[in-house]
Amino acid sequence: MNAQALTGGFTEAPLQAAIGFRALLTALSRPGTVMTLTGAQPVAPLSVAAGVAALVLLDQTTPLHLAGAHDCPALRDWITFHTGAPLVAAEAAMVAIGTWDALMPVSRFAIGTAEYPDRAATLIVEMPGLATEGAMLRGPGIDGTARLSLPEIATFRANRALFPLGFDAFFTHGDRLAGLPRSTSVEG
Amino acid sequence: MSGFNFAYLDEQTKRMIRRAILKGVAVPGYQVPFASREMPMPYGWGTGGVQVTAACLTPDDTLKVIDQGADDTTNAVSIRKFFQRTAGVAVTERTAEATIIQTRHRIPEAALTADQILVYQVPIPEPLRFLEPRETETRRMHALQDYGLMHVKLYEDIARNGAIATAYAYPVKVEGRYVMDPSPIPKFDNPKLSNSPALQLFGAGREQRIYAVPPFTQVVSLDFDDYPFEASKAPHACDLCGDPGSYLDEVITDDQGGRMFVCSDTDHCATRQAAGHRGRLSPMEAAQ
Repeated sequence: MNAQALTGGFTEAPLQAAIGFRALLTALSRPGTVMTLTGAQPVAPLSVAAGVAALVLLDQTTPLHLAGAHDCPALRDWITFHTGAPLVAAEAAMVAIGTWDALMPVSRFAIGTAEYPDRAATLIVEMPGLATEGAMLRGPGIDGTARLSLPEIATFRANRALFPLGFDAFFTHGDRLAGLPRSTSVEG
Repeated sequence: MSGFNFAYLDEQTKRMIRRAILKGVAVPGYQVPFASREMPMPYGWGTGGVQVTAACLTPDDTLKVIDQGADDTTNAVSIRKFFQRTAGVAVTERTAEATIIQTRHRIPEAALTADQILVYQVPIPEPLRFLEPRETETRRMHALQDYGLMHVKLYEDIARNGAIATAYAYPVKVEGRYVMDPSPIPKFDNPKLSNSPALQLFGAGREQRIYAVPPFTQVVSLDFDDYPFEASKAPHACDLCGDPGSYLDEVITDDQGGRMFVCSDTDHCATRQAAGHRGRLSPMEAAQ
């Protein structure tokens, strides 16, 4: 373990986690809203927003899958030191972090069961950019329609068709974050 | 605020509750199980709402707590003081100034905004519980969308009473999928559940369930074509502020049959009185 893994976490965990969670809550309950997160300085390649989300959500009880380039020793050490989350394969993960290409095929992730739809994975997708343009969103949390620059359309339409099953996603770029719950209908 | 972690609960507990809230938001109306903690107040005093509020509070929030619409009753006062002491947050009795409103059995009269979160205290989160006591069965009924039993119950209301007699905790369907207990709010408040700009979170401490209605979500009260849902209230105006449209409490004033009707939402009533509105039993103005 290198010394870099020991830095970059919350300095005032209760307050920063509370503020970070409210941003996640707003993002997921109002799809198409882009929030700004601060408080963590994670090691590369993890973005600040994804780092804050990880510190807010993860602990010893939440199996995490690091996908693609995010599955590197520096980030594994950082996650382990700051959250204690066990690192697992995609199929066993409650939370997964990676770029969209690295997370594919997303059919590997838990979508919950008919009796416990909450037992589904949360994907934190690192994006090359994030903007309120592109795919048109409708559904709970949206007054009419909203737009968000999703990496693709078809997978999210298929995910919506599984409702109330399906995965939920956060999209991150730099210190910015947006949410897309499984309840959102996506059109091109 | 020394001697407490921010908002009383430890960080591990708050993470667990926060994850449950996010899954609740993702599946509107579905009851997410969570590991409810013992709180320094008994079950039945709003421990579910308190835990949800504790997980959502930030230092910048302004908290309002109401019990049956009133800011000044025991339950509301003690929960408000609890968070003043353990989170150091600002508190208010004004609906418009609050960012988080914890409520027992009412939705405020004033329209909520997108900057507000309404946290409900829920005693029995399972709308089917009094029809089917087994958790394994009610869980399967939700999974299969098997809600016929609830319609039978409403039908039997009509057969016996000539109308749907359920006056509070009136069952609703969220986004056409899950039947949900809106907590024991009067059915007068049911229309306000639907398409609200505010996020609505529900916490049941003893029953260990959290569920949510995101903003701008369709919430429909169950009914029949020939017996449509009706948001009823006592057919009077408030005796203190004169509002003909607010939800009313009946107050017995003597043993001769005397009674008065007053707004159950104390902030709504006080705001109207301050604006000069008067009701049937308002005290005469001192200046007159």
